[in-house]
This record gives sequence, C-alpha cells and structure tokens, in this order.
Amino acid sequence: MKKHLYPLILLAFLALLPLAVKSNYFLHLMILFLLWVVIGSSWNILAGYTGQVSFGHAAFFGVGAYTAGLLFQHLQLSPWWGMALGGVVAVLIGLPFGAICFPLRGAYFALASLALGEGIRHITTIAEGFTGGMMGIMIMPTFTSKVPYYYIALGLAILSVASIQAIISSKPGYYFVSIREDQDAAASLGINTTLYKNISLAISAFWTGMAGALYMNYMGFIDPHVVFSLHDYSVMAILVAIVGGVGTIYGPTVGAFIMVAFQELFRTGFFGLFEYLGKATGSPAFTTLSGAIHQAHVLGFGILVIVVILFLPNGVVGDWEKIKRNVFRINPAG
Amino acid sequence: MAYFRVEKLVKKFGGLTAVNDVTFDVEKGEIFGLIGPNGSGKTTTFNMISGVYPPTSGRVVFRDREIQGMKSHRICHLGVGRTFQVVKPLGRMTVLDNVIAASFSRVNSMREARSTALRTLEFCGLSPVQEVLAKSLPIAGRKRLEIARAMATRPELLLLDETAAGLNPTELVEAIELIRKIRENGTTVIIIEHIMHVIMTISDRIHAINFGQTIAEGTPKEVAANPAVIEAYLGTDYA
Repeated sequence: MKKHLYPLILLAFLALLPLAVKSNYFLHLMILFLLWVVIGSSWNILAGYTGQVSFGHAAFFGVGAYTAGLLFQHLQLSPWWGMALGGVVAVLIGLPFGAICFPLRGAYFALASLALGEGIRHITTIAEGFTGGMMGIMIMPTFTSKVPYYYIALGLAILSVASIQAIISSKPGYYFVSIREDQDAAASLGINTTLYKNISLAISAFWTGMAGALYMNYMGFIDPHVVFSLHDYSVMAILVAIVGGVGTIYGPTVGAFIMVAFQELFRTGFFGLFEYLGKATGSPAFTTLSGAIHQAHVLGFGILVIVVILFLPNGVVGDWEKIKRNVFRINPAG
Repeated sequence: MAYFRVEKLVKKFGGLTAVNDVTFDVEKGEIFGLIGPNGSGKTTTFNMISGVYPPTSGRVVFRDREIQGMKSHRICHLGVGRTFQVVKPLGRMTVLDNVIAASFSRVNSMREARSTALRTLEFCGLSPVQEVLAKSLPIAGRKRLEIARAMATRPELLLLDETAAGLNPTELVEAIELIRKIRENGTTVIIIEHIMHVIMTISDRIHAINFGQTIAEGTPKEVAANPAVIEAYLGTDYA
C-alpha cells in the first residue's frame, strides 16, 4: 500500500477541496488542471510508453468537443451524451491514421499526427453548414456552479490515470514499452507491433476525446481555433508530459499542475504583482512590464522547457531522486 | 519431410545477391551450425527464417508449414525463437521485465508471465542480475539476456546468432554449457558462430556458406577437412 500512499493523499485532498475553496477562480484553475491530467496522461501512454510521438492531440480533443457540441446542435441531445461518444469518435478519427502510419517506422506517425490536427481544424472551419465554421458552437451550461464540473473532471482524471496504470502493469503495457525500446526485438518476441501501436493510440485518443467533450460541456463555447489549436493543445500536451516526466504514471499529473500554474502566473502578470507595483510606485515601467508579461507566456514555456531538458531530462517525476539528492545537499539541515 | 528445411533460398538486395540458392535440412533435437566468413549471408539467412524480411525466392518449411514471408511475431508464435548478433536489449527495462515481456507471448496473466520469466532467468543463470536495467549489463550478460528472452517465448527451434562473440574464455565455457542445456531441454538449435572452438565442439552437423552459396555440409570433422572451407577461411595457399 505504501506505493499508493501519496496518490491516495492527493486524491483525498482533491475530493475535499471544494468544501474548503469557494472561489470560482481557483475551482476553474483546478478544473483546467484536471483536464490537463487527462490529456497529458493520454499523450503519455502513446508517446511516453509506446514511443509514438504525437504532435496532433488537439485533433482528438477537438473532435471530442465537437462531438458533444454537434450532437446538441443537430439532434438536441444533451451534450452529456457527447461525453459518452466523444472518446469513441476520437478513436474512429485516430485509427485510420494509425493503420496507415504504424506499419512504417520513424517520423511518419509524428508528421501525420501534425497534419491530422491541422487538417481537421481547417475542415471544421470550412464545413460551416455542419459545424458553424468560425462562429463556433454555443450551448447553455447545465450547471451554474463550478463544483459539479470539478467532480466530473476529477472522476475523469481518476478513471483515465487508473486505467492507464492498470494497462501499463499488464501485458499491453509491457508490449508498449518493448515497442518503444526496440521494434525488431519486440517483433522477435511475438509482439504484433502494428496492432499494439494502434491499441495504444486508441486508448490515448479515447481519453483525450473525453476531455474534449467535458470541455464543451464546461466552457459552453468552442470554435475551431480554440479546440484544434496546435500550441494550446497539441504542443501543450507534449509540454505537460515532458515537464512532469515522460513514461511515468504520475508525471503528466505533476506536469499538468506546473503548466497550469505557470500559464496562470504569466497570464495574470505574476498574480497582479507588477500591476500592484506599478500602482504603488507610480512608475510606468512596472505597468508596461505587467502588460508585456501577460503576452510572454509562450516565451516563459520556452524557458521552462529548456530548463527542464537541461536539468531534469526525465521530468520532475522521472528525476525525483535527483531533485531530492540535490535539495538535501544544498540544505543539509533538511 | 524434414523437421525444418530451407529450400533454394535466395535474397537479393538490389544488384547484390546476399544469399544464393541455399538449401539445408535440420532434424529435430539437433544442434546445427551455420558457418562462413564475414558477409557470407549467415545473418541474412536468419533474418529470412525469422521474418525480418521475406526471401526473394525459395521456401522455409517448419513442421510441414511454409513460413517464408510471414511476419516476425507470427513466426515467433509458431515456435521459432531467435537472438540478434547485434544485441537488442530493451534498455530501459530491467532484465526481469525484458523476459516477462517475452513470456507474454505464451501466457496472458502477469502472474504466469512472471513465474515463466523467473524460471527462464534461473535456467539461463541471470537470476542475480534480474533487477538490473538491461542497458547497464556487460556484453556477456546482454548475450545471455538475448538467449533468455528467446527461451521465454518457448521456442521449439532456436536461432542463435553469434552468441559467443566477444566473450572471454570462462564465459565461453558457460555459453557452451547453456546451449547444450537448451538442447537437452528439447529445443532444436541452429547456431551461427565465428569461434571455431565453439561451433566444432557443440554442433552435430555444420553447413558452410561463402558469398551466399553452400560450399560444404557434414559433421564438424568433415567440414573442417573440406578444401573449399579451408580456402574460404584461409585462402588458396592452404587449401
């Protein structure tokens, strides 16, 4: 049980959080965090464990979101049906790509996934009659409070991480890692590499699509540039996993927390610190800086990634022992 | 029909004919040696048998079933295991996990796979290092891991590609012992080897090729005395 101690403490904390925190703002951030746990963990099973890097997870996320939105718009079905179907449709979109690319090796899948994400964004924009094009889709949120969404997101995060953990510690998980480590060796050990890469893709697309469908329900509005965004979703999914730890179960969870916090830090100009300094000192320099920082979060991500790659190439979770060692050395009292 | 047969096997890479019309039979329970100078087509032959690539022409028959052109994973499931000359450890997995992954070819539950793997590691003498990451094993350990992994797929026919290369004299003796144990276990072995001491000691029969073509076949003694073999290895002056 000791191995599960930290996750259980974290779970209890997350489950009780809305009782203590009434701020809508913090609940919103926590919901984003939980969504990123799902997306990051999904990306991780395909890229981190199976070694098939995807630059197009926005495709699965957006398709999940649009499944929920379109079911409502065309069939007046509750967008919660989209939660059930969003993951399935994302799998259906992903598998033909896997079937074409996975018998090949090398960068083909990575490149095709990039094309998939961008292609679907354009198709969704052009097919105005069906998708509403740039107008997007607007639905009335079911709940006015954020608490129900928080618990749904928490449930989704728990289910996705727990299922991925169960898969990783069984036969498919061993096969995924074998494929990542050496495809020829894997094939010689009786592993159908194409089939198992597709299985990994299906699991990954499914949970990402579910996250997209929840996003539609929660935000109430989507358009192609929001949900199929290359840098907001496809690249962010990669960053979440890299920062937290590629190929580790809890890496994307830690990465999601860091990235959401980091993004928010920049978006709010260090939580209004510079704006405050500007007002307090009357210096226009701080006010200007506050505006600049607000725009600089992409630069901030870049610096963060460079720092992580230089000092923690295996991510925060992957290099946890290294972090502990160095912290203890710097601070012998600890 | 022989237990295992390679018939008129040909492999062309563009204009280069790597294997040209090679035919041999292997009997059940045999240790069958495949020898030849560098670049003579031994590993290419193994790759065709194990499904890395299909032959240009010819047949591979295992227990009355044509297996040429099948995918590697299917050939493994039919009972043909192999090791790689250039070892391919699953580096960031432990030795035990490497062998568990292989065991899953015959069983589905984690418990069974683990017990198969532990038995195989014991058999191959790798138990002391089972928790070590495969990439940090020295070369002798990696060669042994290749064998252990292949054995965990429970092959009836095992293809060993230079498993003794790079080993020191003590390790060589252990390797020979292990290969004999594998045969006693009921597995048929085809072995590629450059170290003459090893191949001459353990093979029942030897098939020699050069430039992709058969030059001799017979018992170790017969092959060692064959002028074509001596010429291939030492040059015309000694033949």
